[in-house]
Amino acid sequence: MSVRPLPDLIPDTKLKLPKQAERTLSSGLTVIAIRRPAVPLIEMRLRVPFGRAPLARATLLSQALFTGTATMSSIDIAAELQSVGGGLSAGLDPDRLLVTGNSLAGGLDRMLEILAGVLSDPTYPAEEVATERDRLADHIQVAQTQPAHLARTALLQRVYGRHPYAVQTPEAEQVKGVRPAQLRALHADRVRPQGAVLVLVGDLNPEKAIDSAEKALSGWIGPSRDGNVPPTPELEPGPLLLVDRPGAVQSSLRMALPAVTRTDPDYAALQLANMVFGGYFSSRWVENIREDKGYTYGPHSSIEHFVAGSSLVVAAEVATEVTGPAMLETLYELGRIASLPPGEEELEQARRYALGTLRLGMSTQAGLAGLASIYASFGLRLDYLREHSAALASATREQVAEAAARYLAPSAAVTVVLGDADKVEAPLAALTAVERSE
Amino acid sequence: MKIPATKYPVERFTLDNGLRVVLTPDRSAPVVGVAVVYDVGIRSEPEGRTGFAHLFEHLMFQGSENLEKLAHFRHVQGAGGSFNGSTHLDYTDYFEVLPAGALERALFLEADRMRGPRLTEENLRNQVDVVKEEIRVNVLNRPYGGFPWLRLPPVMFETFANAHDGYGSFGDLDHATVADAEEFFDKYYASGNAVLAVAGDFDVAQATVLIERHFGDVQARSKPDLPDFAEPDLSGERRESYVDRLAPLPAVASGYRIPDPIGQFEQYLPYVVLAEVLTDGDASRLVERLVQRDRTVTSVGGYIGFMGDEYQVRNPTAMLLQAHLPPGGDADKVLRTIDEELDRLATGGLTPGELARTQARMATHLLRDTDAVLGRALPMAVLEAQRGRPELLNELPRLVGEVTEAQIVAAAATLRPERRATIEVVPGANQ
Repeated sequence: MSVRPLPDLIPDTKLKLPKQAERTLSSGLTVIAIRRPAVPLIEMRLRVPFGRAPLARATLLSQALFTGTATMSSIDIAAELQSVGGGLSAGLDPDRLLVTGNSLAGGLDRMLEILAGVLSDPTYPAEEVATERDRLADHIQVAQTQPAHLARTALLQRVYGRHPYAVQTPEAEQVKGVRPAQLRALHADRVRPQGAVLVLVGDLNPEKAIDSAEKALSGWIGPSRDGNVPPTPELEPGPLLLVDRPGAVQSSLRMALPAVTRTDPDYAALQLANMVFGGYFSSRWVENIREDKGYTYGPHSSIEHFVAGSSLVVAAEVATEVTGPAMLETLYELGRIASLPPGEEELEQARRYALGTLRLGMSTQAGLAGLASIYASFGLRLDYLREHSAALASATREQVAEAAARYLAPSAAVTVVLGDADKVEAPLAALTAVERSE
Repeated sequence: MKIPATKYPVERFTLDNGLRVVLTPDRSAPVVGVAVVYDVGIRSEPEGRTGFAHLFEHLMFQGSENLEKLAHFRHVQGAGGSFNGSTHLDYTDYFEVLPAGALERALFLEADRMRGPRLTEENLRNQVDVVKEEIRVNVLNRPYGGFPWLRLPPVMFETFANAHDGYGSFGDLDHATVADAEEFFDKYYASGNAVLAVAGDFDVAQATVLIERHFGDVQARSKPDLPDFAEPDLSGERRESYVDRLAPLPAVASGYRIPDPIGQFEQYLPYVVLAEVLTDGDASRLVERLVQRDRTVTSVGGYIGFMGDEYQVRNPTAMLLQAHLPPGGDADKVLRTIDEELDRLATGGLTPGELARTQARMATHLLRDTDAVLGRALPMAVLEAQRGRPELLNELPRLVGEVTEAQIVAAAATLRPERRATIEVVPGANQ
């Protein structure tokens, strides 16, 4: 019993969406501009459809995008951006090429001009591409010694099989074979405005910012190739896949479970079921394997969305000696949430957390830009925040229990463990069928 | 380009028990950030108790006067908020970001653990296990773990305070006792040794009432004297290397002592800018030379403070340059090139526009960080604790913009090989 009472919460005010504007240009590029003037800056996100692009070339293209244009060297690009407090970088996921940028508010036009040059007039100079190619190959080599990367690679392979999502990082050797001419060809083929979405957020007037983008990007035109990825396959549960990492002092536990898209009627209930299980710190699984048993530092489970399908991923790094017991508790907690309805109070707590984090996520320029850009690549807009909040607020205990039974049952899981196989195989085999990876 | 500044208001007061309070309201989003900073960090932990400041940080989440174990997490997240804490060389922070209507709850939770955490044997043993897992994840089970922040200080410094491993040895962690924790709390977690900062959507008068309600009766205890951690500069170059059995490629990091970040702030600030001139982006000196022209490194970074918190660290600290090398890379050659580039800067000065563009980019980084409520509450709390000047956060973009070419050149001239400590990673994987 508390001697001092816990203060009440003052109920949240109605969710207020910021002022925004949207326009699809004749090139097929959609521009969304959102005003949040708290600091005199602009955040920019551009997502270009890139599904089924050849992986090694696409990955190197994302690293070499800023190596030069007809009028600027890589150093000119960096220096000119810097002079308006700006910076641009690029990355790749299995569906999109993502260009991220930010600058001082007064630098918007200049940043857009430089972006336009990079998009419509890139040269991929041989020397600079060679530098980026070697760096990328080295970074891949380092990534391949990171347990988290190795475990994810094994899980993706096991989950997606022959689907394009199965391999998301190229081999260093494949990258080394990519030539600048191939980057130019891929760029001409795929870095196109059709279906791309540019998001601008910050200290701006939305209509004027879109005018600026329209003017700067008027020369970026041309049709894009269809980048649609086929739907992801159903999960096929089977024996636990054990990947050997001799001498590892920890094991990386990974499980994939089925999930649904953000617009599915089950989504809010599934999100809440995942929270109660392991989706935040105050969840059963985290309280069990970290705060009660001390097996792990940062376990987490989350729903991952790709354009062609969603999945729920459970992940923990645990000491080698407790790999079996940690797996036991994980299976126990999955079984418990799938079999018994959550308690009233723990569901309310998860619900308030889910609603609160939506608000926190949109409280900065960078957060808003990220949300708006991710939603847009799934055909959604910021008003989805309002719809999803309503769905979270109204999901019942029965609906959450149903979602848990349907999606979180341990029998549906695909499981991969990376660790010292000679030490962890027997304890894992006591719980489930185990198959060693080749 | 003109460097803009922020004008976040700053209200300060001190409670009778010595707790200093900083309030910085901003109604632009319905969220609040609450930070409590204690003026104790890794440098103050007792000998034989490496890693204790960090272990104690974990114990602060394990229940308090009115709260059971797990309650803190549940009450923050059940209010829609997020929380964390972190241990630095010179301070330990605890923080929440929440929807605005949860402000009083956050204040209650922070006050409750300031009055007294529940220090039990069971919770201590549990968190020793959790901390060991944290060390395995971040240091022992991954390549380049602890590089360079745990590896360089023992090469660079002599005293236990400055040189020891802040994550701690498993032996020291295992031997920590509840009595040690009680003593550490009594000595360092006095309200007079703490600062509370609140940023975001609240009314100052109301928040003041709430803060007095919850923190006003935290018992006053004497504040510890702040030790002087100073030690002499290096008298000759120092160099060590170690084999990282998980690392596939070589890496190298060097540190150079720089002026006192607080007592000599004017002389210190040029080094902060210099680090960016050298390594911020493809147009910076060392990236252009080492990555793009010579291809002797695959990445290079420069920053101040072993944890990258240049405005939240006390003397002594260092400017660090670190690089990852390609297969068969030659660290000596990289260091020689760095010396060459520093000489070129010290004798030839900057190119037209080089300083201004670096300053513009630094302004963007500073402003971007302050857009988040915790990006204001946390640094303001530390700036109050260490300098009594939380408003410095608003002034930084301008002050960075006022650093001159002459100051950069003079700073570069002090970075001599004989004042340098270097640690080299020898790859042990796939060899």
